[in-house]
Amino acid sequence: MPIVWLVLIVLAIAAVGYVLGRTRALQSATGDVRALHSLPSYYGANVALKTIVPAFGLMILWLLVQPLYVNSQVSEMISGSAIEDGASLNLVMAEVRRTAYGLDNAVAAGQIPEELARNARADVIDMTQRLKDAGQVVTSDITQPVLRAAQTYRIMNATGYSIMAVAVILTALAGAAVSWFQTRAEYRARNVVEQGVRILLLAAASIAILTTVGIVLSLVFNTWEFFKLYPATDFFFGTTWAPSFSGRGGSSELGIIPLLWGTFYISLVALLVAVPIGLFAAIYLSEYASPRVRAVAKPLLEILAGIPTIVYGLFALLTVGPLLLGLFGDDGLGWMKAGTAVMTAGLVMGIMLIPFVSSLSDDIINAVPQAMRDGSYGLGATQSETIRQVVLPAALPGIVGAILLAASRAIGETMIVVLGAGAAARLSLNPFEAMTTVTAKIVSQLTGDADFASPEALVAFALGMTLFTLTLGLNIFALYIVRKYREQYE
Amino acid sequence: MNDMTRVERTVNSKDIKINAKKVQVYYGDTHAIKDVSVEIEDKTVTAFIGPSGCGKSTFLRCLNRMNDTIDICRVEGDILLDGEDIYDKRVDPVQLRAKVGMVFQKPNPFPKSIYDNVAYGPRIHGLAKNKAELDEIVEKSLRRGAIWDEVKDRLDAPGTGLSGGQQQRLCIARAVATEPEVLLMDEPCSALDPIATAQVEELIDELRSRYSVVIVTHSMQQAARVSQKTAFFHLGNLVEFGETGQIFTNPVDPRTESYITGRIG
Repeated sequence: MPIVWLVLIVLAIAAVGYVLGRTRALQSATGDVRALHSLPSYYGANVALKTIVPAFGLMILWLLVQPLYVNSQVSEMISGSAIEDGASLNLVMAEVRRTAYGLDNAVAAGQIPEELARNARADVIDMTQRLKDAGQVVTSDITQPVLRAAQTYRIMNATGYSIMAVAVILTALAGAAVSWFQTRAEYRARNVVEQGVRILLLAAASIAILTTVGIVLSLVFNTWEFFKLYPATDFFFGTTWAPSFSGRGGSSELGIIPLLWGTFYISLVALLVAVPIGLFAAIYLSEYASPRVRAVAKPLLEILAGIPTIVYGLFALLTVGPLLLGLFGDDGLGWMKAGTAVMTAGLVMGIMLIPFVSSLSDDIINAVPQAMRDGSYGLGATQSETIRQVVLPAALPGIVGAILLAASRAIGETMIVVLGAGAAARLSLNPFEAMTTVTAKIVSQLTGDADFASPEALVAFALGMTLFTLTLGLNIFALYIVRKYREQYE
Repeated sequence: MNDMTRVERTVNSKDIKINAKKVQVYYGDTHAIKDVSVEIEDKTVTAFIGPSGCGKSTFLRCLNRMNDTIDICRVEGDILLDGEDIYDKRVDPVQLRAKVGMVFQKPNPFPKSIYDNVAYGPRIHGLAKNKAELDEIVEKSLRRGAIWDEVKDRLDAPGTGLSGGQQQRLCIARAVATEPEVLLMDEPCSALDPIATAQVEELIDELRSRYSVVIVTHSMQQAARVSQKTAFFHLGNLVEFGETGQIFTNPVDPRTESYITGRIG
C-alpha cells in the first residue's frame, strides 16, 4: 500500500474522530455549550490530534528504522566470497538495492510475473536479460548471491510495509477511541490542544536549529578529513593556491591566503561603493523625500535586491567589465589587462548591496524618535546639521550593524565573482587584476571530476568552514553592536 | 471682540515681544486655530491653558515656525517678533529658532554627553571662539538650568542617563545656551514627578528675569503659580487673555469659568 494512501486513511480517521468527539462532547453536556469546559471544536480537535500524532509518529519511526534493519539482515546474507576484488560491501549492497528496485518496477509494469520475481531458483542470466528488456538499469550481469539478496530485500521490505500499514491504522484507531472515551463535559480539551500547538511550534523551531547543527557538523567532519590529508599550517598560512588537476596529485599547494585576500579586497571595494550610496539614499528617503517620492522610490530601490545575483554577474561580465577595460585598459590608462578584475566584481557587488544597506539604514533612521529632531530644530539647527549631529549618531549602532551584515553578504557572494573577477588566485594590490574568492574556489573544487576523497576536493569543506566562521563572527559582532546600543536613546 | 478691547487696555504696548494678529492655522482641511490674536510681553511668563486639542500647542509651535516641519500645516495671519513678521520670506526659520528657543513636553536630550548636549546650540551657531569660551557658556547655561551642581562632576556622562527631572532641566539649559530672547515651553512638566516639577517651576520663575517665557500647561495650578499672564484656548479660539490673577479669580467669559472650575475640558 503506498504511503500516500496510509496518510489519507489516518487523516480520514482523524476527521471522523473530530466529528464524533465534538458530538459526544455536546451530548455529554446535553446540548448546552456553556456546560462544557471548552468549545465543542476543541473536543473534536483533541480526538483528531490524538489520532494523528501517535500514528504519524509511529510511521516516521518505522520508515527510519526499517531500511536500517533490512540492510543489516541482507548484508549478513552476502558472504565474503560474493564480494569481488576491489569492491566493497557498500558497492555490492548498492547493486542489491538496484536489482531489487528493478524487480519492483518490472513487476509493477507487468513485464515480470510476481512468482518469478520471488522464485529463489530463478535463472540469473535469464533474469538479467528480462530486467534489461524491461528497461531497468542493470550495470553488469547479476550474480547468484546478489539476485538472492535482492529477492530477500524485496520480500522483507514488502512485509515490513504491510505490517507498518496495519500498525499505523491500529494506532490511529486506538488513539481515536481512547480520546473519544475521555471526552466528557469537564475534560479540559482546550488545554490539551494548547499543548499540541505549543509542541508543533517547538518542533518547527527545533528543525531549523537542528538543520544548522547538521550543516556545521558535516562541515566539521569533512574539514577534519581534509586536515588528515593536508597539513593545517600549509592551508592557513600558504601563500600559493595551485591545486593539481591530475586527480590524485599530491603536489597541490592549497594555501588559503590568496583566496582570503581576494575575498577581502573584492568585499572592500563592494562596501566602498555600497555604504556611501546606500546610506545617502537612506538619508534622502527617510529625511528629505516627500511621502509621494518615498512611496515610489523605496520599492524601486528594493527591486535591486530582488535581482538574482547571476544577473548581476552577467551585468559585470558584459557591461561593467568592457566599460572599465575601455577606461583603464590598454586603450586608456593601461592598468587593466582583461575585463575580469577585482574592480569589476567589486563595483557590481556594491550595486547589489545598495538596497541592503539603504533599506536597513532607512528603518534604523526612521526609528530615531521625532523628539530628537524637534529638539535640534528647536535650537535653530538646519536639517543637515540635525542629521549629521543628532540623527546619525543616534542611528550609528544600527547602521554599523547594517554595514556588517552587508559585509557578510559580500563575503559569501559567489556568482558575481565567478563572472566578474576571474578565477586566478593571486596576491596583488592592483584592483584591476583578476583575483578570486573563497566561494568561487569552493565551486570550482567541487564541480571538477577530482576524487571526492582527495585533498583537492575536501579542501572545499575547509574553505567553507573558514568562510562560515568568518561570516558567523561578523554576524554575531553586528548583532552584539545593534543590541548593545539599541536602547540608548529611549 | 470683547476680549480684544480688554487686552489692549491691560497690556503696555512698549514692552511687547511677540504680537500675533488674526492667526489662522490649518492642518489639511482642519481649521485648528481660528483668528487668534495675542500680545506676549517681554520678561513675563505667559501661560496657555485649555483642554486637550484646543490648539494651544499648535499656536505655541507657530511662534518659532516649528510647524514648518509638518507638510500639511498652513499658517495665515501675522506674527511679529520685535515688530518683524516671522513668516516673512526673508526670515530664515533656522535663525528665528535660535532666537525663540523651545523646550518640549518629553525630555529629549540627544544621545550625547551632558556637555555636548549643552554645547550643541553654541557650536552650530558659532557662539564660542574657543574651547574656554564654550566651557564658560556650558557652565553658565547649566547653572541657569539649575542643574550644574548635580552634573558638574560628570559632564562626559550621557545626557540620557539622567533622571527625568534632570533631563528636562538639561533640555532647558540646552535651550538657554543659544541665548534666545523668547523661551517656548510645551507642557515641560507633564512627564515629571511633583519634586522635579517644583524645581522646573522655580527655574521658570528665575528665567523670567532675562527672557520672555511662554508655557503651555494642562495644570491650572501650575499656570496660576508660574505665570503673570494667562490665555485660555477652547476649540481653536482664544477665549480669554489677561492677568493670571484676574483669569483665575474673576473670569469674564463663562467658558473660562466653566473650565477653571472643572465643568468643561
